Amino acid sequence: MGKMKVLQSGLFSSIQDYGRFGNMKYGVPASGVMDRYAARTANLMLRNDANDAVLEITMMGPKLEFTAATKIVISGANLSPKLNTEEIENNEIIEISEGDILSFGRKILGCRTYLAISGGFSTEEVLGSKSWYDGITEHQKLEKGMEIPFTEDAANKIETFAALKFNDDYLRSTVVEVYKGPEFEFLSEEHKSKLETLDFSIDQNNNRMAIQLQEELPNELEPIITGPVVPGTVQLTPSGKLIILMRDCQTTGGYPRVLQLTDKGLRTMAQKLTNEEVRFYLTKPL
Amino acid sequence: MSKELPHISQLGDNAILIQFEKIISEKVLDEVLFYKNLIQQLYVKQKVEVINTYNSILINYFVTIEDVYSDLKAVKEVFQQNNNTKNIDSRVFEIPVCYDLDFGIDLELISKEKDLEVSEIISLHTQPEYRVYFMGFLPGFLYLGGLDKKLQISRKSQPRMKIEKGAVGIGENQTGIYPKVSPGGWQIIGNCPVDFFDKNSEIPTQISAGDYIKFKSVEKEEYEQIKEQVKNGNFQLKKQERNG
Repeated sequence: MGKMKVLQSGLFSSIQDYGRFGNMKYGVPASGVMDRYAARTANLMLRNDANDAVLEITMMGPKLEFTAATKIVISGANLSPKLNTEEIENNEIIEISEGDILSFGRKILGCRTYLAISGGFSTEEVLGSKSWYDGITEHQKLEKGMEIPFTEDAANKIETFAALKFNDDYLRSTVVEVYKGPEFEFLSEEHKSKLETLDFSIDQNNNRMAIQLQEELPNELEPIITGPVVPGTVQLTPSGKLIILMRDCQTTGGYPRVLQLTDKGLRTMAQKLTNEEVRFYLTKPL
Repeated sequence: MSKELPHISQLGDNAILIQFEKIISEKVLDEVLFYKNLIQQLYVKQKVEVINTYNSILINYFVTIEDVYSDLKAVKEVFQQNNNTKNIDSRVFEIPVCYDLDFGIDLELISKEKDLEVSEIISLHTQPEYRVYFMGFLPGFLYLGGLDKKLQISRKSQPRMKIEKGAVGIGENQTGIYPKVSPGGWQIIGNCPVDFFDKNSEIPTQISAGDYIKFKSVEKEEYEQIKEQVKNGNFQLKKQERNG
């Protein structure tokens, strides 16, 4: 089994797949990759399963050494990846030799990038998923000195899928596609129109659990009887904070759910940085 | 007579939300659980999880819903074709709690504020059969209904940074057990030695939405014995089946 050694941890990276599905009934957050499109692209180029475990890298990448030959693809945000001393491209199959060192540099576009490896990372699986989450898996984030195992089948797996196109328009887009949430109709006309027309800025409180917005809509909405929430649910607190729930969110909540991000909206939001602006685009379910 | 259909709508690209009457009551829960079972049968061949809260059902898909219209229609038909709800089977679990003052760090305060002897508090808390509405907030945290009105007390004005695993608390009209160490604002009256969530087990918890629990007061010695049994994996919760 090959290992990926962590020489430097970077800001925040974690192993993720499509999440811990089927455990909502126990109150377990689903977790999983914030941007499924990028993770899926990287995996499929390697002919992996779309939900094989990848490394999700946030803003400042780690420095990694591979102990065995393999193939990787990086997709999502552009964090200036480098193999040894050579700059490499996102969305291309990169051949790795034993002892190669992967590092990242300047953040050019987007917030999160995905490192997929031939055969996927083979870290511990808990409740049907390898996604790291505090209290469920042993680790929560990548740390210096860790050794992340991967299956060493790259040599046998010559066939890859280089022709897959990655459309990075959403990384530049400031438009976040949403549906009306279950409590949208209880908003005042003024707030409804503000949600559609205002530019909202990403607050510094943004992580895998939730992204808060800076602009506030103070209101007198009744709290709801605690009910289901899912990634992409936008909650409005009484003091007016808009909280966009992301992949590590709890399974239930008591704040009015005013909007619900579409899949596309969710991946756009997953790539936004503190102080960047977004605008909601209200669309109807198909 | 046909009754009013609950509100059925899409929640994002991966889920369908069904909202019943906006109240917390066992009657609504029984209805929710009855339909949840029927809806689960629609999806046996798909990677879909159906869960409930007090007055909602969520049908959560692993991937984007392919044909929302046809799925919404199928769900609506479940309600149209099954007018007569019947209560589902459930179980009553006996949950040991040690109300020793070492664990029940707010018992004396509640005793003063509510003008109740500590023994009365324990007796009021162990009397009811609490209904498990659903799990949420933390893995293995049970939302329970049925707290005696005499025990209703406001949350701590300043939440504690750390509450012990197993702590049994009261906040407003709710009571519950912290399944792991966490911050929290409830008044703490005891501690339960049982694990409510085992992430390494295929079925991480035995208790399901719709079940009942009854607290049983145990002395510290028995608490320690149970704790040891839990650790060694040979503790069995006492339970009774109850037909719907």
